[in-house]
Amino acid sequence: MTKKEKTGKKKKLSGLEKWQSERIDITQKRFRVGDYLAEKVIKGVAYLSIAIVFLIFVFVFRESLPIFNTSKPATETAVVGKQDSQETYGAVTDNTSTTQESYGSVADSSSKTNVQETYGEVTDQTASQEQNILAGDSASSKNSSSDTYTVSAGSGSDDNRTALKSMATKEWVPVSANPRYGLLALILGTIKITFISLLFAAPLSILAAIYVSVFANKRMKEIIKPTIELLAGFPSVVIGFFALMVLATFLQSVFHYETRLNSFVGGIAMGIAAIPIIFTITEDALTAVPKSFYEASLALGASKWQTAFFVILPAATPGIFAAILLGIGRVFGETMIALMATGNAAQMDLNPFASVRTLAATIGAEMAEVVFGDTHYNVLFLIGSLLFIFTFVINAVAEFYVKGKLMKRIQGK
Amino acid sequence: MSENKIHTENMFLYYSEKMALNNISITIPEKKVTAFIGPSGCGKSTFLRSLNRMNDLIDGVRIDGKVMIDGVNIYDKNIDVVNLRKKVGMVFQKSNPFAKSIYENVAYGPKINGVNDKSHLDEIVETALKNAAIWEEVKDRLGDSALGLSGGQQQRLCIARTLAVNPEIVLMDEPASALDPLSTAKIEELIVQLKEKYTIVIVTHNMQQAARISDNTAFFYLGELIEHDKTKKIFTNPEKKQTEDYITGRFG
Repeated sequence: MTKKEKTGKKKKLSGLEKWQSERIDITQKRFRVGDYLAEKVIKGVAYLSIAIVFLIFVFVFRESLPIFNTSKPATETAVVGKQDSQETYGAVTDNTSTTQESYGSVADSSSKTNVQETYGEVTDQTASQEQNILAGDSASSKNSSSDTYTVSAGSGSDDNRTALKSMATKEWVPVSANPRYGLLALILGTIKITFISLLFAAPLSILAAIYVSVFANKRMKEIIKPTIELLAGFPSVVIGFFALMVLATFLQSVFHYETRLNSFVGGIAMGIAAIPIIFTITEDALTAVPKSFYEASLALGASKWQTAFFVILPAATPGIFAAILLGIGRVFGETMIALMATGNAAQMDLNPFASVRTLAATIGAEMAEVVFGDTHYNVLFLIGSLLFIFTFVINAVAEFYVKGKLMKRIQGK
Repeated sequence: MSENKIHTENMFLYYSEKMALNNISITIPEKKVTAFIGPSGCGKSTFLRSLNRMNDLIDGVRIDGKVMIDGVNIYDKNIDVVNLRKKVGMVFQKSNPFAKSIYENVAYGPKINGVNDKSHLDEIVETALKNAAIWEEVKDRLGDSALGLSGGQQQRLCIARTLAVNPEIVLMDEPASALDPLSTAKIEELIVQLKEKYTIVIVTHNMQQAARISDNTAFFYLGELIEHDKTKKIFTNPEKKQTEDYITGRFG
């Protein structure tokens, strides 16, 4: 650099000189406020999210607790507000019941109850269960907007003990003079429909992912991947509607089964909802397999599909399992499609062409119509807890079995 | 030079528009070690990869000219690329064992080629591991993951994996560049042994290595083949000035 330039850039150079002349001091430990705060905030948010999940579970489970209290006879009183015509939630199920099959308990529940809209007040009442009807009257009279009256709750004649006992049976008749809360049919229905939808969705989406990540050229990949992922954004009510109106009719005309809405139709519809999830994560897992595996396999004289199935697929197993588990989670908790396309009849039947009622759909269909604090209400929350627990168990199995034993078996010790 | 195994004539290779190899004509003899030397980016690895058509995996690669192996142009339309790669095996710069057990890594090649008999497979695996001079180290833990081996062992396992397919030519792309001197020595020793059965083409940055193990050496510079001759001649009495400059470290 000439002297002339140096003077021209004097200011800049002096900054540079200062920078270069600065000595680095390592003897004094500096407290970096920004780093410290950022770390704490991130940590706090992480713990908070865990705490929120935990609290939701605690809340759901707490609501189902009274069912385990078998010492007191349940003499609950509750207030039922008369409904406006727009708010009859049973209407949807009524509509679907115009199709061939009988809906069993759904028809019961929709014909019976109305939505309790004044939960706040009722809490007071159920808290003091020994109160007589008069107290219930005075509480509900505050709610002048709706025409209120008191009834003994749907399960008033029932006892928590019999409710608990009935859970191990297969009859789900929550609204009846003799209510039965058999969960077995619901659990079986949920597992059946999960199985069917995975049987449909997993091979399709995994094969599609293999095609996209290994075989497709760049342009095909750019078309297929976003298209399938677009499906993930579909509202499940749209898929449910499609299944209800189109898929059910089509499948019935192909397979000629008796019941129009059944676990097969529901399973396929839920599979459609699960495909983009399984596809996306599987595709990511396959793409994350090092390219060197691919090259090494080809250099050994393997064809493309041998490479895909014997090298890339095994190497991506953990990711594919995660994808399938997320798919299971999606199907397990899927409510809208289950409500619309499965027929909602709680029956113990392994036939895939029989109607089923899933756990999530039961909550979805009945929570709006249940009497607050009632045994039925508690059972619905118990179902919610069950859904939670199932999900935890599935994840735990995945964590310990898949990552532990299975991976060792596939990849060597 | 003895019998010609690989022979290229006026070969050009383009990455899209950019020319990477310029008019390469070379003859590589059978059952000898041929080393390619040259600075980074000179096209020696590209040339190596074009000998078993691994460049097909890269978009936009175009090749003109003839690449003959055993007198057959491997860029002919009717060539079965899968079988070509069985015939021309490859060992990569970075050891890349599959995430499988040691046994499965070596047995993979024979398996996909239809060897299912367990005892036959055992035999192939043992022979390949012995040929790659790693049998003694792994014979007691064939079921363990290959990823648990050291870098040098992994690379020898990769060589064993390549040998298990029974190739005629083994291409090696800087097989020892990521290894410590002891592992490198083992690999070099191995390469010298292997030339009894296989034709070996090796790319290396290490000129001492080329001088130690190769019978012939080819010097590449900027996509061109500058000189190709007996290793002894290249390192003692090169014909071209560029070769001499590179070998003596006066390059630039």
